[in-house]
Amino acid sequence: MTQMPPLVALVGNPNAGKSALFNALTGARQKIANYPGVTVERKSGRASFSDGRPVEMIDLPGAYSLDPDSLDEAVTRDVVLGNLAGHRRPDALVIVLDAGNLDNHLRFALELIAQGLPTVVALNMIDLAERDGLRLDAQALARALGVPVIETVAVRRRGLEPLMAQLDQILKAPRPVTEPVAISVGAQNQRARDIARAAIVSETAGRQWTRRLDAILLHPVGGVVILLSLLFLMFQAVYGWSEAPIGWIESGFAWLSDGIKNVMPDGLLRSFLTDGVIAGVGSVVVFLPQILILFLFILLLEASGYMTRAAFVMDRMMAAVGLSGHSFIPLLSSFACAIPGIMATRTIMDQKERLATILIAPLMTCSARLPVYTVIIGAFIPASTVGLGIGLQGLVLFGLYIAGILGAMLAAAVIQRFVTQSRTSSFLIEMPRYQWPRLGDIAINLWQRAWVFLRRAGTIIFAATIVLWALLSFPKAPDGSNVSQVEYSVAGRIADGLEPIVSPIGFNHDIALAIIPAMAAREVAVSALATVYAIDAADEDAAATSLGPKLAADWSLATALAFLAWFVFAPQCISTIAVTRRETNGWKWPIFMVSYLFVLAYAAAGITYWTARSFGL
Amino acid sequence: MQLDRLPLNQIAVIRSIDWESLPDQEGHRLRSLGFEPGVAIEALHKGILLWRDPLAVRIGRMTVALRTKVAAAIDCEISA
Repeated sequence: MTQMPPLVALVGNPNAGKSALFNALTGARQKIANYPGVTVERKSGRASFSDGRPVEMIDLPGAYSLDPDSLDEAVTRDVVLGNLAGHRRPDALVIVLDAGNLDNHLRFALELIAQGLPTVVALNMIDLAERDGLRLDAQALARALGVPVIETVAVRRRGLEPLMAQLDQILKAPRPVTEPVAISVGAQNQRARDIARAAIVSETAGRQWTRRLDAILLHPVGGVVILLSLLFLMFQAVYGWSEAPIGWIESGFAWLSDGIKNVMPDGLLRSFLTDGVIAGVGSVVVFLPQILILFLFILLLEASGYMTRAAFVMDRMMAAVGLSGHSFIPLLSSFACAIPGIMATRTIMDQKERLATILIAPLMTCSARLPVYTVIIGAFIPASTVGLGIGLQGLVLFGLYIAGILGAMLAAAVIQRFVTQSRTSSFLIEMPRYQWPRLGDIAINLWQRAWVFLRRAGTIIFAATIVLWALLSFPKAPDGSNVSQVEYSVAGRIADGLEPIVSPIGFNHDIALAIIPAMAAREVAVSALATVYAIDAADEDAAATSLGPKLAADWSLATALAFLAWFVFAPQCISTIAVTRRETNGWKWPIFMVSYLFVLAYAAAGITYWTARSFGL
Repeated sequence: MQLDRLPLNQIAVIRSIDWESLPDQEGHRLRSLGFEPGVAIEALHKGILLWRDPLAVRIGRMTVALRTKVAAAIDCEISA
């Protein structure tokens, strides 16, 4: 007999420590998917009762009430009320409350309890509340709410067993499902405050860490300096810390390639494996360390509570182009990848601001562009210093990031003025207390990101690489022909057709060839070039030297710079277009986005090329 | 006194909120963050560089950031 395990939903305000509790209960056994019909991420996982029976847990998006003002909140409401088509209603709720913020969190808790589902309250982060000088009476709270209350400290795994035991009990003997009780919002809020007051045994002035830290981190001048330093450190780390692991990955792939060359006779299959699969996939996987370092920083900033402070500091500057501090967080995430960035815009209340943020998110230099930048800069920009120990290569890279940001700001101003015609933006956000990020939670999250990236490398990029290899390898150039294999192949002929369009902006045949598969994923541009040169290489030795020197020998500096400028505004990867279509419910905005970015990229590359040429480069 | 004019670190109580002057969405979010007449409030930080905007306030046990334009709709009374 198979019976579905009970479904339990974790629900609560944002910043109540819900995800930490979810991680503590389910460990790494988590599944990320989307809720049916919407793009809100659904995190589910298995937990078990003390005797081993499984229970399925879902981590609902944080919400302030069942009267939603964002897409995330709407999902939470629909799941709790059992109104989401294709999703079963939870058998029980675990309401997660921040013990240090009862006055605010009890409002939503009362609303949830009134829905009549079997419910347990997790009085979470009780240690932080005590640190701030608050003593609470959980029993009094349980009596006032009419449901069991368990004290928990998710990050220290405190209270998890009593919580599961209590959950087991209410699932076995559910209280009679009652009809939702309707009372006015005002009365509900008053009741929430009364209950909170009654539950607080004593209150002494605590150490108020958050307030003291805010005095520094939100300082009118110091706060700005700290934020900029943090961002600088973040980008430095992306390059500095990744060198060694990148070297290991590179030698790993080289070892694999050599191994195959040793055991297999020269031929089509060997070429497919070494020139196609290993050269292509390897050149992308190599960027995993940089992507993980970037995500590590973003996750730490979020988990510590600093991210909303960064939004506070940036709000005025964002307002200058019609956005707000709300947009800062999705845009910062877009430096890792535009896809999570675009999905993070769901927390922006103002729909016009949300749309504008989605449209400019691809201009933030995502990690997929790094491979392209790194290869071209490495090949063309001398590794000299410009004084003060600042390297020229780093400076150029920094310039590319800045170009993307300035382009985005300009685009935002134009879009908000003429496209969305938004007159005002708004900024209204809760700033959570600071807390020490828990490494286990960060590790789970990083692992999930790494897995998504590797899956992409193993599927989209793998497929694109194979198709490209085939297009480059067939038809075979006849023996003794003075036309090279690449020129002779199908891909070469497609590139021939494209060349007249891109030659005015300084692009050569190789680039015409590389920018087509780059649509699948930007980093494929590098593997495409690598494949082109690997296939075209006359002998083994030539193929063994890395891509950079070959490019340096073949391209003019003006062409290389134009190629970089193109990638600053680069045409989308297909995943970004797909996520934009989903998030904006139609083709109108993704088409608009792709068109304006194409125009920008073409113009920027052209201007760069002709300017460089006029300087004789 | 309007919230945006409230001196820093001065504990006050919200007297009234001019909901009419606020866009629906902001009013709704303000309510869900616990802004209501009778609630204690304190201005903590003001803006960056030369701007005096946005504002960080303590409401209940929470810190909330909001823009001065919204803060201007909130009338407070300094508690003795």
